[in-house]
Amino acid sequence: MNKPARPVYLNLFQFHFPLPAIVSIMHRISGVALFFGMALFLNLLAMALESDAGFDEAASLIATPVVKSAVWVVLAALIYHLVAGVRHMLMDFHIGDSLRGGRIGSQLTMATSGVLIVLAGAWLW
Amino acid sequence: MVTNITSLSRSGLWDWVIQRITAVVLALYTLCVGGFLLANPDLTRADLVGYFGHGVMQMFSTLALLSIAAHGWIGLWTVGTDYIRPHYFGGRATSFRFIYQSACIITLFVYVLWGLQILWGV
Repeated sequence: MNKPARPVYLNLFQFHFPLPAIVSIMHRISGVALFFGMALFLNLLAMALESDAGFDEAASLIATPVVKSAVWVVLAALIYHLVAGVRHMLMDFHIGDSLRGGRIGSQLTMATSGVLIVLAGAWLW
Repeated sequence: MVTNITSLSRSGLWDWVIQRITAVVLALYTLCVGGFLLANPDLTRADLVGYFGHGVMQMFSTLALLSIAAHGWIGLWTVGTDYIRPHYFGGRATSFRFIYQSACIITLFVYVLWGLQILWGV
């Protein structure tokens, strides 16, 4: 007997997502963002190392609001991905892999990366 | 049953290990470079060249570049196989995923070569 196809309802906008879930998807999103953001960092480093003129040009680019904001965004992605990644690996060693541990860990991740990202912004500006 | 030929290694477990090893390498590298930038607020080009041109830093940076390629590929491959599948893309999913994977590999390859050029040309 053939089972009738079960209805699938995946309206993501109507789900309530627990914090660990949000931390997890942001880890993935920041990873993809870094893939693109790397190009910016490599470009600036290349310019700065190539010649004195290149270094000055890179410095003046970073001084502009547009480039500075872009650098901050990529830096934020890096900071978040690193902090969430540390938590990931701690859980590999069974540190914080319980339900309560997962909730606390996700709160710590958000708080720590939030603070560091703000500090990075302050350092840039 | 599908034979997987696009993952980094033939074993999911080995990919899992590589992901962790490269993660640690990259975390350390980030802390090193970040620390250097924080410690040198009035950075001159001479400082920068001296730092990245130093033999040990050249090796560490090369290791970081290769780690980015491996870590990035494993991550992007996972994302691709999670989302670019028949459920969302129908019958052509495999073709789309293959194009996506090719674009990722070429980009990562360019990053590595570009980075090596920047580093060892100092």
